[in-house]
Amino acid sequence: MKLTDVQKHLNAKYLCLDGSDPEISCCMAADMMSDVLAYAEAGALLITGLISSQSVRTADVSDAAAVIYIRGKRPDEKTIKLAEDLNLPLLTTDECMFDACGVLYKAGLKGVC
Amino acid sequence: MGEDTLYQKTFTITGSDFDKAGEVSTQIKAILKAAGLDSTVIRRVASASFEAEMNVVIHADRGKIDFELTPTAIVLTIDDEGPGIEDLELAMKEGYSTASDDMREMGFGAGMGLPNIKKSSDDFHLESEVGKGTTLRITIKHDEQ
Ligand SMILES: Nc1ncnc2c1ncn2[C@@H]1O[C@H](COP(=O)(O)OP(=O)(O)O)[C@@H](O)[C@H]1O
Ligand SMILES: [Mg+2]
Repeated sequence: MKLTDVQKHLNAKYLCLDGSDPEISCCMAADMMSDVLAYAEAGALLITGLISSQSVRTADVSDAAAVIYIRGKRPDEKTIKLAEDLNLPLLTTDECMFDACGVLYKAGLKGVC
Repeated sequence: MGEDTLYQKTFTITGSDFDKAGEVSTQIKAILKAAGLDSTVIRRVASASFEAEMNVVIHADRGKIDFELTPTAIVLTIDDEGPGIEDLELAMKEGYSTASDDMREMGFGAGMGLPNIKKSSDDFHLESEVGKGTTLRITIKHDEQ
């Protein structure tokens, strides 16, 4: 699945849009960044309610393809700028964590475990 | 700098500076990419470095990360001035954390940092003096993939 497909499935908005439309290989839903750092696989979509700059740093360090924030959350401008510098696409959806994961699972994506 | 050091660089970290927290690990990742290392190794090093960097930002006053690349391994030495760790065995336990709720809100404080660093390292050495600081030295091999 492409990131643009994720955007459509979750009716999401882009906060930071990189030139490419990355392939999403799997998903990781977490608010604890240590979990992401320990288990993430390259090309994963990070689904999180954590909007601190650490969400972007963590995604970058673990080679995530993109980050999507749930419940319409948005990180501050500084964090969005950081994502731009790191070429990391950011999205936000109004769905809650459970529904966002459910929709993507139904669409064929699997978790990292 | 050892006889077979290919590259060495020292970075500084400032305690409680959450804006910059993670910058060093981003730089280390870029260096490893430029050195042409395997992406799995890069991810392991960057993740371990990030957890260690966050530990200095969260738990200590200031610190340094010394990065060393040899033909066979990456050696990171994270040295800080801070409160130190009283009980190393307890600190290594999965889930043990003294981080505040504020830290938890930033996504850290799961008490998985040190155990995860240890898991991803080929060699792990933690030393601390209460009231002075903490030194963590980890080696990750890169020649076996
Ligand atoms: N550099 C450090 N200086 C002082 N204490 C530390 C340091 N690193 C870790 N600790 C102590 O060890 C505990 C466990 O660390 P860690 O496994 O990384 O979990 P966390 O950082 O999520 O609390 C910390 O909560 C803290 O009490
Ligand atoms: Mg930690």
